[in-house]
Amino acid sequence: MAVNTVPAGPAGRRPVRWGTPLTYALALAVAAVSIAPVVYVVVGGFRTTPQIVADPAGLPDPWVWENYSRVLTQSDFWRQAFNSAVIALGTTLGVVVLGMAAAFVLARYTFRGRETLYTFFTLGLLFPAGAAILPLYLMLRDLSLINSYYAVILPQVAFSLPLTIVILRPFLTAIPRELEDAAAIDGAGRLGFLWRIVLPLSRPAVVTVGILAFVASWNAFLLPLLVLGDVSLHTLPLGVQNFSSQYTTDTAGVLAFTSLAMLPALLFFTLAEKQIVGGLQGAVKG
Amino acid sequence: MTSASQTRTPADGAQAPPAGLRPGGRASSRRAETRRKWYEIIGLTTPALVVYVMFVLVPMGFAFYYSLYRWRGVGPPTEFVGLRNYVLAFQDPIFLDALRNNAIIVFGSLLIQGPVALGIALLLNRGFRGRSAFRLLAFVPYVLAEVTVGIMWKLILTENGTLDALLQSIGLGGLVQAWLADLDVVIWTLLFVLTWKYVGFAIILLLAGLSNVPQELNEAAAIDGASWWQIQRHVTLPLLGPTIRIWMFLSMIGSLQVFDMVWVTSVPAVRSLGASATMATYMVDNGFFARLWGYGNAVAVILFGISFVAALLFQRFLLRRDIEGAITRKGK
Repeated sequence: MAVNTVPAGPAGRRPVRWGTPLTYALALAVAAVSIAPVVYVVVGGFRTTPQIVADPAGLPDPWVWENYSRVLTQSDFWRQAFNSAVIALGTTLGVVVLGMAAAFVLARYTFRGRETLYTFFTLGLLFPAGAAILPLYLMLRDLSLINSYYAVILPQVAFSLPLTIVILRPFLTAIPRELEDAAAIDGAGRLGFLWRIVLPLSRPAVVTVGILAFVASWNAFLLPLLVLGDVSLHTLPLGVQNFSSQYTTDTAGVLAFTSLAMLPALLFFTLAEKQIVGGLQGAVKG
Repeated sequence: MTSASQTRTPADGAQAPPAGLRPGGRASSRRAETRRKWYEIIGLTTPALVVYVMFVLVPMGFAFYYSLYRWRGVGPPTEFVGLRNYVLAFQDPIFLDALRNNAIIVFGSLLIQGPVALGIALLLNRGFRGRSAFRLLAFVPYVLAEVTVGIMWKLILTENGTLDALLQSIGLGGLVQAWLADLDVVIWTLLFVLTWKYVGFAIILLLAGLSNVPQELNEAAAIDGASWWQIQRHVTLPLLGPTIRIWMFLSMIGSLQVFDMVWVTSVPAVRSLGASATMATYMVDNGFFARLWGYGNAVAVILFGISFVAALLFQRFLLRRDIEGAITRKGK
């Protein structure tokens, strides 16, 4: 495939060698600064609140599992994780289906007004979701969508569409004309071409935009904060904030809850690092 | 005509009777073809278009409409006040504080994150064993939700908390501050936490840009006797220009919208005094929670206007040459 969203670094082509001690010292320092606070929170979850009060910077002595088991069995953690998952998956599905359909037309059809339509979509890159949040709330309220998954999913899909189309369109344009001709000769219309050839071929790009939409949705806070007043619909970011302000004296519990809330994102990132990084890179340079 | 229909024409033509016999046949099938093409275009783009217009463009239009009224959010707005909400906003010292804080975050992020990220990206771009593991670790802060990161740092920075204990244990107890409560300190604490979180984003983009710099150029410079530093300064950095400018653009737009981090780390009292407020928190505090919907929407329009003008100015003066090849890939 001529298009590749994950560029191979120069190191991919040459034998990897050991760096100088200075290189490792600096790299270790960077890594330490990046993850020390995260490690602190995770380890802190294994202490008791009296331990933390007595020595805020100490290690667990003894290690206790009680905070983690309490959060997992008694709090709303699982329900919030479920809500986050439903909303993130719904957003991803919407972005991919709508974005793919629009990008396909903008890439493979020739018609009057095509570039205008494309510019119209890219204009959305200048409309940050944060600025539109109040009128968005009012509109969702008038549509009686407040306190439903749709109240988060629909705006998130809408605000993800411009970037999705910007990433997908050049990818779809790059699919060789010969494949479309071959499909036409075999009797497939352009929709058959989309379904049987374009979709399988563009999996890397679709995975990229899907992951970007998923991560953005999973981490979103402001929109759910305003439109999900119903506690049973709360997502994990709302849950983290609520838990920490509800149980201010239970520092160990808050540490455990925060750690558990970080876990899905960290796991997901470790598994999909190439696509996330590649997606961000593709978004700005191609 | 599209080339797809052109390619289909020979196949149709082979089966079609000579044109002279049925002059209307080909024309009507072409018309049917065109009609079908338009059905497909409309059918495939309409869902995206409707969702996009309805949830991105229409709300901004309504924001401007509501901003001209004094309105508590119940029933239709009736009390037209013209541009008074805008005047009130610019007369409110707390809003001006929020503007100042946003400016600190915008310029602080650019000035601190840029050089730091560049240094780290150059380091992680050198080919050495274990590099990918270090890259992964450097990206961790960026992947976590802003809210989670905020709560995490709140726990660390709380009074008599971990950081204070650490500082005391190494004899720097004199530096201990009310990191998130002192009105003069809190914005700088927030800038630090935001920097910690978003430096990884800059690193990702810069590494992408670096992977585009042809290795041959570096090798040629090295053969000419240039040191590693000279190569970075005179070969790599100029070629990174477009990537750096795009990162600056994205960082600036993001900094103008900061909400989550401020909302969860600083207590409402500190925010309401203006010490840590940003335009976005000020907008939500006044519009949503105090139910001053007309006023809140005016702040929304101001926030949007500032972002929009900043984006246009940036594009006009800095991004002009980059955007074509960089974002749309047209240059390739």
